[in-house]
Amino acid sequence: MVTVVHPNLEDTDAKMQARDVSVYYGDKKAIDEVSIDIPTKYVTAFIGPSGCGKSTFLRTLNRMNDTIPSARVEGLIELDGADIYRSGMDVVQLRARVGMVFQKPNPFPKSIYENIAYGPRIHGLAEGKDELDAIVEKSLQRAGLWQEVKDRLQDSGTALSGGQQQRLCIARAIAVDPEVILMDEPCSALDPIATAKIEELIDELNGSYAIVIVTHSMQQAARVSQRTAFFHLGKMVEYGRTSDIFTTPLEKRTQDYITGRYG
Amino acid sequence: MSPAILLLLALGLGLAGWLAARARAWSFRRAKPGIKLAALPSYHAWYVALWIAVPVLLFVSLWTVISPGLITQSVLADAAASNLPSFGFQRQMILNEARNVATGAAPAVFNPDAAALVDPYRAAIARYQWIGLAVTLAIAFMTGVWAFLRLKPDFTARTRVERAVMGILLAASLIAILTTLGIVVSLVVETIRFFGMVSPLDFLFGTHWGPDPMANPEVPDGSRYGAIPLFWGTIFIGAIIAMIVAIPLGLMSAIYLTQYATPRLRAWLKPALEILAGVPTVVYGYFAALTVAPAIRDLGFSLGMSNPSSESALAAGLVMGVMIIPFVSSMADDSIAAVPQAMRDGSLAMGATTNETIRRVLVPAALPGIVAGVMLAISRAIGETMIVVMAASTAANLSANPLEAMTTVTVQIVAMLTGEGSFDHPATLSAFALGFVLFLVTLGLNFIALRVVKRYREAYD
Repeated sequence: MVTVVHPNLEDTDAKMQARDVSVYYGDKKAIDEVSIDIPTKYVTAFIGPSGCGKSTFLRTLNRMNDTIPSARVEGLIELDGADIYRSGMDVVQLRARVGMVFQKPNPFPKSIYENIAYGPRIHGLAEGKDELDAIVEKSLQRAGLWQEVKDRLQDSGTALSGGQQQRLCIARAIAVDPEVILMDEPCSALDPIATAKIEELIDELNGSYAIVIVTHSMQQAARVSQRTAFFHLGKMVEYGRTSDIFTTPLEKRTQDYITGRYG
Repeated sequence: MSPAILLLLALGLGLAGWLAARARAWSFRRAKPGIKLAALPSYHAWYVALWIAVPVLLFVSLWTVISPGLITQSVLADAAASNLPSFGFQRQMILNEARNVATGAAPAVFNPDAAALVDPYRAAIARYQWIGLAVTLAIAFMTGVWAFLRLKPDFTARTRVERAVMGILLAASLIAILTTLGIVVSLVVETIRFFGMVSPLDFLFGTHWGPDPMANPEVPDGSRYGAIPLFWGTIFIGAIIAMIVAIPLGLMSAIYLTQYATPRLRAWLKPALEILAGVPTVVYGYFAALTVAPAIRDLGFSLGMSNPSSESALAAGLVMGVMIIPFVSSMADDSIAAVPQAMRDGSLAMGATTNETIRRVLVPAALPGIVAGVMLAISRAIGETMIVVMAASTAANLSANPLEAMTTVTVQIVAMLTGEGSFDHPATLSAFALGFVLFLVTLGLNFIALRVVKRYREAYD
């Protein structure tokens, strides 16, 4: 079965391209021949019921699935036209270019400063202390956290509230200046106010980074994304502009899902 | 009648009560078919059985303690005891001999004074046996009947048995705690006796150790009881050499097992490593004394030492370090595995390598648990006896050269207690003072380790 792609999806330059990607966990096929272009300048949302494979697919984009021994990926995924699964691909470099924010905020049990400085340090992005300070400040500012934490950069990152922790994790991802940011249900552990702040932040980051967000909330997808892909049972059912998907879905399953008939 | 027979009696009576109570509970049900008992018949049975067995057991243990005193009292009240020496060693000897003959532990009397007391002893023993038996039966009967009469269809035997079980469990844990207290008290008492003869300052800060068990105990020579060389030997072997071996190897094996090994390999390697912890320490002792120590002496020759000691601190420390590896590695393994997967994912997603993730995120996050493991390992190492008894020497040397012979606190405890000195000689008593210091140090280390582990748990749960 082929994915339905909306016809009026104008050609934009694609940051990442997936072609016929299938993912197996052992013998079980979790993703079935998904093909999609991730645009450079937009936010792309993956929606779908639990267990539909959207998070699994997201994790193939920076090869986080490599950490699961039984996972196996088939098909082609390209970043700027280069296959990221080719032999000799430096996974470490890939993940510096394709950052990730997780479902549950996972700051390291270190100070706020050290959380942000972690990435620049391991990738050698800063020449000295001043440069590192500048990166930390810039990242926290971009994540909208600077005003709240500038006087307590040495406090533990785990002492922040859940929403602040998640923005800290976004700042941490930004600090290595990635090209793509993958967000795996970044608001599912947060309250509505913290969620609103994260969505605002995604809006601000939109355009600077290619952003892919997995979400359970269709309102969130409608609010923050310009492209939406609907996943169901490991397949990508429909893909198009967010406005089109939510107003004129072409597939019955998409329509059933966004109108809340199941999922 | 020996306590063992009284115990069997208690169990037998308990069983009888159990059967009777269960039959009674069933009879409630038969008398009124359809009636709902508040507890299963077996709970009624256990209720009565406990009410018989527990009081009897308490009485028997009390009786075992006090009856010998009562028997002696009654023998002394006998006319035949009037010409005993009024006090002291001889009087005790005669009484012991008479008792041994009366109970059949000794074949015949040797001392004529004792012969006269054998019969009074026999009579007293027999009398108190009967008293003990009668009281046992009376207690069993009274408490058993009382409990039995309480049984009714709506009697809440179940909750009462539950409470009794809790009480029994509490008693079990109290026994362990009380034993520890008893050990501490006996240690402290002997230590105080020792410090009555030798100044604590000489003991704790003196640098010469060479107690002479044959010296006159009335004028102990404090300068021979300086324990600093022992403390140093213990720390050098147990906390320095052993840890230099155990910390890196234990930590690295834990990291390999948790982060790199495939599940199948881990399933083999981890138990194999834990076998090390199951090897009896005396076997490590052979290994240290027969294999490692000679090898180190040969090494000493090859390094140009004129007369290297065949018993070196290095041999004991190395083998002890190997013995400790499983302690360090299993604690480190647990605490690294307890660091949430999200931390690891977070670091890998930043583009860190596995090695960077381990060094910069996992080990720092697991550090409290690792430190606690190391401290437990140190307290285990400095309390270790067999390896050092076999591989280290008894010569107290204050030296930083690992190839030299050294001795430890535990070795000296063994040497002093098995030496020729009489029990109240300061040389013998010094073993208790050493044991007490060792106890305080390991207690402190364990305490700190537990505190560290506790704080660590708060961070992640």
